[in-house]
Amino acid sequence: MSTHLSTNGAGRARGLGLHRLGHVEGLPIILVCILLVLFFVIFAPRVFLHWPIYFSFLTTVPPMMVLATGLTLVVAAGEIDLSFPSTLAFSGFLFSVCTTSLGSPWLGVLAALAGGALVGVVNGLLVALVGVPSIIVTIGTQFFWAGTASILSGGQSDALQQLDGTAVYEIFAGDLFGFLPMQFLWAAAIAVVTWFILNRHRFGEHVLFIGDNRQVARVAGINVVRETIKLFTIMGLLGGFAALLLTLENLNYFSTQGQGYLLPALAGVFIGGTSVFGGTATIVGTFFGTFIIGMLEAGIVATGIAGFWVQAIEGVIFVAAVTLHLIVESPSKLKTLGSFVGLHRG
Amino acid sequence: MDSQAAAERSYQHIVRAEGISLSYGKIRALSGIDLAIGRNEIVGLIGDNGAGKSTLIKVLTGVVRPTAGNLYIRDEKVDWTRYSVREAHRLRFETVYQEKSLGEKQPLWRNIFVGRQITNRFGFIKVAEQRRIANDILKNQLGFRGVGIDADSTISKLSGGERQGIAIGRAMHFDSDLIILDEPTVALAISEVRKVLDFVRSIKTSGRACIYIEHNLAHVHELADRLIVLDRGRIVADIKSGEMTLEELTKFLIDLQHGGRNVGVG
Repeated sequence: MSTHLSTNGAGRARGLGLHRLGHVEGLPIILVCILLVLFFVIFAPRVFLHWPIYFSFLTTVPPMMVLATGLTLVVAAGEIDLSFPSTLAFSGFLFSVCTTSLGSPWLGVLAALAGGALVGVVNGLLVALVGVPSIIVTIGTQFFWAGTASILSGGQSDALQQLDGTAVYEIFAGDLFGFLPMQFLWAAAIAVVTWFILNRHRFGEHVLFIGDNRQVARVAGINVVRETIKLFTIMGLLGGFAALLLTLENLNYFSTQGQGYLLPALAGVFIGGTSVFGGTATIVGTFFGTFIIGMLEAGIVATGIAGFWVQAIEGVIFVAAVTLHLIVESPSKLKTLGSFVGLHRG
Repeated sequence: MDSQAAAERSYQHIVRAEGISLSYGKIRALSGIDLAIGRNEIVGLIGDNGAGKSTLIKVLTGVVRPTAGNLYIRDEKVDWTRYSVREAHRLRFETVYQEKSLGEKQPLWRNIFVGRQITNRFGFIKVAEQRRIANDILKNQLGFRGVGIDADSTISKLSGGERQGIAIGRAMHFDSDLIILDEPTVALAISEVRKVLDFVRSIKTSGRACIYIEHNLAHVHELADRLIVLDRGRIVADIKSGEMTLEELTKFLIDLQHGGRNVGVG
């Protein structure tokens, strides 16, 4: 080997050593999450030193986490899905109507999942076969399915109190041993399974290569069209499941129940460190990123800052996190920024 | 199973094209291409930009289907309706596309096996095994010793020559009988170019065939058993190694361009 190469190699070897040390997936975001809890414990000890607040997180975060887990796969493939708030409404409606009109909540579970999958398949077909950019397709389908849910339900809400204590409720929204919410167990299980699919399954690898470089994926013999349709279908299915958790937790369906989930779910993915450009993704990051977003609201209120600060602070944290990850991912961006600032000075 | 049997059988040409033509609307990208590649032959494919080199490769490897013509692989006729990238892989054809062969953000072990992963029957990848084989390819096949690269390195950390090496090593690992290189030395430093040319030589030594698309005449003249010159979708020359010196070849190509311009005007 030439001297040029070996010096290069030595530098790389050191880099690898360091890399190994910090090779726990999502370590930075886990630390941020712990720091945030400590911060709240210090500034709002009366709330954050007691179990109920954590119990409340474990019931409210799961729908968001299920969505964010699916989104992580979508973003890994270099795509985006903005239609999931409408899935929450549409699948929630299907569940509610099966429960109240047909008297069968189990049929409702199936209908909610099937409805979610339908939303996903339509997105996938439009993106993969027609070639419309996913951001455009899913803005469109977001309006369509949310509108459909409104029309079908007549804009009404449905009280589902009769499900309290039934098997469906206990399985999806009950408490295990009286203190562990079932929806959290579901969300965690989905995160674990998705981790294995993304990092260990053939499909996950295909998703990563499609996100990394579509041409490379095609040349490698990956059926990009089929995998993209599959990807959006999985996202839809998870959207349907999130709708189930949400509707059962509230024991109520209302046609606007998806509103307010768009930013938090996406923020959970990007705060977690999944690349905005596709090709790399971290489920562990998404898991903790979602908790950070979920904790902020209650935490900010508990520390005594007025509630109307919440959105602004969430927005700042979102943008700051994405920027930070981007700079870590490609330090050259920092140089561009530096020279830009320099340009202004000069 | 088919490919196994086919490979064991003796054959004269790894690939033979017969009257291949391809039009995109009114544009004729290829017209009447006849071409045969021997089983252990390195064939240089040269020609100007837009001469049809890449298109021809795409036809041979199942990326695009021609408008007319036949293809014979190991002397057996190809059924176009069944021919695809995947099928070409199965028949042990491997293309190393310039800049399009490797996923930049993915580790080496994924890049070597993508599309042909070692999995259990549920489709889960046997990562440890893939890692082990990847490291073996790096050390024993490519001689990447002590350069700080291992199966977990991401492609973005490799130099251009190293990337081409990985792609060629991957092709050899999967026992490709025909390796197609699409301008592997473009934008490489001189020391890197030498490495790539050595990789190409190892293709010849290991008894495989190679189609080598190249801009730099010196590189291809030095390596190839035969040179095929394409011009506006046609084969205009088929030159055996030693028939022309590099100077003669260069002059021939320049004349060709000038001649072409005259025809174009007239």
